[in-house]
Amino acid sequence: MLPGFAPTLAITLLWLFVIVLGPICVMLWFTAGMGWSAFLKEITTPRVLADLWVSLRSALLASAFNAAFGLLVAWVLTRYQFPGRRIADALVDLPFALPTAVAGISLSTLYAPDGWIGGLLAPFGIRVAFQPAGIVVAMMFISLPFIVRTVQPVIEDLEPEQEEAAHLMGASPLQVFLRISFPAILPALLTGFALAFARALGEYGSIIFIAGNKPMVSEIMPVLIMQQLDQFDYQGATAIGVLMLGVSFVLLFAINLLQAWVRRRHGQ
Amino acid sequence: MANRVLLITVALVFMVVFLVLPLISVFAQALSAGLGAYASSIADPNVQSAIWMTLTIAAIAVPANLVFGVCASWCIGRFKFPGRNLLITLIDLPFSISPVIAGLLEVLLFGLNGLLGGWLSAHNIQIIFALPGMVLATIFVTLPFVAREVIPLVQEQGNEEEEAAVTLGASGWQIFWRVCLPKIRWALLYGVLLCNARAMGEFGAVSVVSGKVFGQTDTLPLAVESLYGSYEIQAAFAAASLLAMLALVTLVLKAALEWWHRDELHGAKRKKAT
Amino acid sequence: MTTEIKISNVSRGFNGHTVLKDVALTVRPGELLALLGPSGSGKTTLLRLIAGLDAPDAGRITIGEDDATSRHPGERGVGFVFQHYALFRHMSVFENIAFPLRIRKSPKPFIQTKVAELLKLIQLEALAQRYPAQLSGGQRQRVALARALASQPRVLLLDEPFGALDAVVRRELRRWLRRLHEEMQITTIFVTHDQEEAFDLADRVVIMKDGGICQEGSPIDIYQHPASPFVHEFLGESNHIPVLLRGGFVRGSDGWELGQAELPDGAASLFIRPHHVVPVPAAWGSWRVARVSATGAQAHLTLTRGAMSLAAAMTADALLESGLQAGTAAEIRFTGGTIFAESRSGPIRLGQGLSLAARA
Repeated sequence: MLPGFAPTLAITLLWLFVIVLGPICVMLWFTAGMGWSAFLKEITTPRVLADLWVSLRSALLASAFNAAFGLLVAWVLTRYQFPGRRIADALVDLPFALPTAVAGISLSTLYAPDGWIGGLLAPFGIRVAFQPAGIVVAMMFISLPFIVRTVQPVIEDLEPEQEEAAHLMGASPLQVFLRISFPAILPALLTGFALAFARALGEYGSIIFIAGNKPMVSEIMPVLIMQQLDQFDYQGATAIGVLMLGVSFVLLFAINLLQAWVRRRHGQ
Repeated sequence: MANRVLLITVALVFMVVFLVLPLISVFAQALSAGLGAYASSIADPNVQSAIWMTLTIAAIAVPANLVFGVCASWCIGRFKFPGRNLLITLIDLPFSISPVIAGLLEVLLFGLNGLLGGWLSAHNIQIIFALPGMVLATIFVTLPFVAREVIPLVQEQGNEEEEAAVTLGASGWQIFWRVCLPKIRWALLYGVLLCNARAMGEFGAVSVVSGKVFGQTDTLPLAVESLYGSYEIQAAFAAASLLAMLALVTLVLKAALEWWHRDELHGAKRKKAT
Repeated sequence: MTTEIKISNVSRGFNGHTVLKDVALTVRPGELLALLGPSGSGKTTLLRLIAGLDAPDAGRITIGEDDATSRHPGERGVGFVFQHYALFRHMSVFENIAFPLRIRKSPKPFIQTKVAELLKLIQLEALAQRYPAQLSGGQRQRVALARALASQPRVLLLDEPFGALDAVVRRELRRWLRRLHEEMQITTIFVTHDQEEAFDLADRVVIMKDGGICQEGSPIDIYQHPASPFVHEFLGESNHIPVLLRGGFVRGSDGWELGQAELPDGAASLFIRPHHVVPVPAAWGSWRVARVSATGAQAHLTLTRGAMSLAAAMTADALLESGLQAGTAAEIRFTGGTIFAESRSGPIRLGQGLSLAARA
């Protein structure tokens, strides 16, 4: 018998519609207006397909690397005590808090041939900035917290008794990890991977400075959309936007499924 | 064990290289020409107006989404109704959409060739390439932040105290103000903190809808891009350093809230006190 | 302030599942009434309907002179005490109790005196500035009660008020609530699943099951005259013996004659309380004491004969006097019991002094 249901629901729905849903509907309506064949034509140009591939490949690589390193960081932060642990833990959220443009110019300068890290790699012929590799690095930066923060709670909840039992039976630490801890962490790791992947795909600000933005080589989807808007090609921009939205929805759906799986496994 | 030391070292080296260095680099570059140059970069009128623009946008977007978050937490957290789970998913939508798409949406609605474009120009109302458009884009992107902190908390806390207040004769507003608000204030603050950090730092969405006229319709992140693009590296980093400091303050306050008020944030935020 | 509550044909269902079915009840002014029943019986739902925290699908609820069925909970003049207290965690004890008065914008001096009065009533003056988290369960419950009383309700409703407390505190609070009720004479209804608590506190007990009322009456009445096997078993431990009635004789399953009763032929159930089962040591007895356990002042025995077993209870002193031990052979006398015949509804008293003979 609590009061206030109707007004709060009305405000919530109204706000959600005006800000989010309405505009999305308008975009879908625009796309419908251009006809199916025109839509397909827009999203299957060589440039779009190549850029899509650049986005997907880079996000995949970045998320994969982050899965490995993120798991390590999460493990170390949760399991071990060492001086400065709390600060390190707080720092994991830095990519969340740091504006993307700042991250962008910083990474770009850092990995440029005359930058702190780029300079170290140049003698070996490794170029990062303004190459496709730069995109991966930037994506790794901004999506790292997604993996770490998703996996940490699961690691915290691991039961030490299971690992102790395995030790007693003669398993080495590596075996214990691979056979006992890792399978328990896996669902959360996959969820984190999916979240990181989704975020990396849509990222713009941190990438444009360090990427070469060369069409078909080091140009990501969001940049393509920007280009088309600059040229007032609303149709093209909308088509690609809808494509990206479609991919986002599919990912969102997959993530929800994964999270439900994690909850079931975790017994919550 | 040696194993442990090795793992810790690798993890820390990774973090230093990937997280700490970029952060330090910002300040190092900003101060690379000395404090004097730093100060004058910040004092530059264009940068000043960009700061002002950023603050204005945040001052509008954050309170708006705060009210939204509070309303959403009341109807979603306290009542059961069909479609509730769908509503929760929809609120999370801006999280999974690229910021550039957010900007694109605004353009499709309000741009010259957009749905309302003709009507707007006939009435001489400027949304795109002006403050209103940038505010709307920012509101879009920061919509979920407060809601997703408060909704789970309200669900966890339950309705008993509020029901007790009903039996004691309190009106809806009295119940919210006296009984509910004290319980959620820290979660609200946490949400506002994150919302603000994102609002001030938003780049992609605002980039699309802004006129990008440096000195007039630039926010601070856009000013950073502008300066960097015109090879005024040191100035760009000076502006960036302000945003980096904002990020650090946000992180510190966030950690402080998680430490001191962990009971009053929702369950997922409560890390075990190790 | 004595108010009558009338519940007429009230029904409530959730998700296609009926929780209350056509319930009718009148609570007399100034009465202390217990709603007793197992979980799922609908007793808490009924209480919440009276409070207005929920609305019935059908029926009417009248509080005093007013039809309260569609009235807002704040306007019914009802004080509600929740099972888990629902104290406002961010307010001190004083502020919690003052809340209903502040809501009504009562003048400050009045609030001061009224809250002080209530604090004295619940004997917690010293803890006025403490916060709920700093109080024990029993203290919190008293604060919740004081808060409900602050709005000067004409009806007091308590939902399993002592359920979350340990046994000693529970007994203390029971006595205290009884005294409070005698002093204030407010019509009070409380919900419980604890038979002992209901019988200890209430003027009248209403037993509920599966959304309906099984029986109502004074504690003694109900105990002596349970209306159905369910009520009999719910109110305390009992031995259940299936019997056959033939020609006025009551016979057990293996043919042993239990006694006589003026009942038509047919199957029936005999319920006997453990303290009405009196074992007497006898070398020729066909019963054997299987187990003895003494829980303080009471002793419980389990007696077996073949596949049958009976529970008996007596005072610890009586046990010592009788000389009964595990393994002793005994004969059994019944000093009371209730038969529920399937051909007739309602209980029939058995005569006194039935003696069981050994029969093949």
